[in-house]
Amino acid sequence: MGLELLVASAIGILTAAGVYLTLRLRTFPVILGISLLTYAVNVFLFASGRLSVGAPPILTDATVYTDPLPQALVLTAIVISFGMTAVVVMIALGAYLGANDDSVDDPIATADDQVEDQA
Amino acid sequence: MTHWIIAPVILPALLAPFIVLAARYHIGIQRVFSVAGVVGLIAIAAGLAWQAADGTVTVYQLGDWAAPFGIVVVGDRLSTMMVLLTSILALFVLLYAIGSGWDDRGRHFHALFQFQLMGILGAFLTGDLFNLFVFFEVLLIASYGLMIHSGGDVRLRAGVQYVLFNLIGSTLFLFALGALYAQTGTLNMADLAERVALIDPADTVGIRMAAALLLLVFAIKAALVPLHFWLPSSYAEAPAPVAALFAIMTKVGAYAIIRVYTMVFPPELDVTAGLHSTWLMPAALISLGIGMVGVLAAKKLDRLVAFSVIGSMGMVMVAISLFTPAGISAALYYIIHSTLAAAALFLIADLVRAGRDNLNLVAMPPVSGAALTSALFFVAAIAMTGLPPLSGFVGKLLILDAGLKSDAAVWVWAVILCSSLVSVVGFARAGSVLFWKAKSVEAEVGAVVAPAPSTLSYVAVGGLIALLVAHTVFAGPVYRYVEVTSASLFAPDPYISTVLETPGKLSEPTEDKEDH
Repeated sequence: MGLELLVASAIGILTAAGVYLTLRLRTFPVILGISLLTYAVNVFLFASGRLSVGAPPILTDATVYTDPLPQALVLTAIVISFGMTAVVVMIALGAYLGANDDSVDDPIATADDQVEDQA
Repeated sequence: MTHWIIAPVILPALLAPFIVLAARYHIGIQRVFSVAGVVGLIAIAAGLAWQAADGTVTVYQLGDWAAPFGIVVVGDRLSTMMVLLTSILALFVLLYAIGSGWDDRGRHFHALFQFQLMGILGAFLTGDLFNLFVFFEVLLIASYGLMIHSGGDVRLRAGVQYVLFNLIGSTLFLFALGALYAQTGTLNMADLAERVALIDPADTVGIRMAAALLLLVFAIKAALVPLHFWLPSSYAEAPAPVAALFAIMTKVGAYAIIRVYTMVFPPELDVTAGLHSTWLMPAALISLGIGMVGVLAAKKLDRLVAFSVIGSMGMVMVAISLFTPAGISAALYYIIHSTLAAAALFLIADLVRAGRDNLNLVAMPPVSGAALTSALFFVAAIAMTGLPPLSGFVGKLLILDAGLKSDAAVWVWAVILCSSLVSVVGFARAGSVLFWKAKSVEAEVGAVVAPAPSTLSYVAVGGLIALLVAHTVFAGPVYRYVEVTSASLFAPDPYISTVLETPGKLSEPTEDKEDH
């Protein structure tokens, strides 16, 4: 049971931290938050095939085995989230360097935000 | 086994790298290949739709692995119809991009356009939920590139919002898939349909969560209130042809909801009871209201069109959330109409912008080519607001008729009729300020008059309008087609048995089948 508790709380803590950071107004914390969320979901996907220790991930003569499919799903998800994070970092950098402002919300609201930030 | 069903994915997937590698610096060659590719897609899609028209379900097993072990691509009436709609829309959008020169204002427009088509068409054709996620990501990553095509600070900023919102959506999608897999041990839609039905109604926490999460993900794609916040800025700031192509992207969400929630979680299923009527229907009605109020409140033409997209998606979702055969067929008819009308309006907004400094709804000197542009706007606005005689009116009648038998008939009728009135006022105000009041404003002395948009731009917009007219004139045959389609959605047994019983590698179920 210890393994389940460890994995479940890891997913929970990662998700909580990710959601908190995602709700910030600046691109950098938001991107970090989304990265944490993707880590959480990767572990979650991995756990969706049930946790078992010391079992082979392929079908052999052994009666106990680890479901290999979630591992393939996680690999796909990792590659995709890696690529997506790279894209969003580039676009966010472009937006920041162009406008000298890295707020995430709508441009119309930015005037008020800047006033608040300076205050 | 015929291989044509995979062609709508393969063709753009090969064409896009070819355009990047071989025609990188030659916009002319890029244009030729891109248009030829889309024309080819239309031919293939028409062939597939014709093949599926008699109710045949075509299954293609990638690598010849039998479902549910391998990934399958499935062509039935619904998916081939959406593929055909997408290809036809893509042709006119592409013609406009070429005619207006948008494709030359940044690099790699045509390659990204083809990748975008690959993602959309793949999402329509796949029969596997994880594969649907992958195609969502393909269409999203291409759309990120298209969204910030030709750059600019405002556009980049809107692009950041768009990308971040969709990344969160993708993460939610993965959570939903993980929960679904943990509960059922499969992600093939046909297999899911069989296994979800076997779940004990007393032990449903996991599957309920998965169903609700999945609905959230598709609702984000379909821009359903309160998950619509990404849409107005991104669609308004995206280049016009890109925004016009995005008109089909919200429909991908609607398609996914129709597909998954008629087959995997059908309305009569105890496990997910209440999801449609308690949650989806009110959200759809609020979307419709908020969208049309946004049309009235918008201060810029591009935002006005973006809010009309939210409103029309609300209309589609109202029809879907009835989850009756009549409701779904009305939704399918309206999806075709709403895609064409929204695309035409985004392109017309760009025609207006070609002659003005901005799209603010204030009187400015008439744009060049104002007579033709305003006529097109008039027709497209009639279609979008659902006034007679165009297809918006027919679609709305169908939805009202389908809603009559619902428990929430009063709400459906009240919200649809009131929001229609509001949107008519909004569009009428925008049109009169942009085109009529303009006559009363003198152009500044010595002001440079922008040249009129090119003929090809008008051909593209005119083509979309002509399709809308055809959609109205042939409303009878089209409705009969979607009616049979919707009936087949509510009797998915041929689909499920075709997918699961087509022989392939590993098709003999042995003890190695998942044991969850």
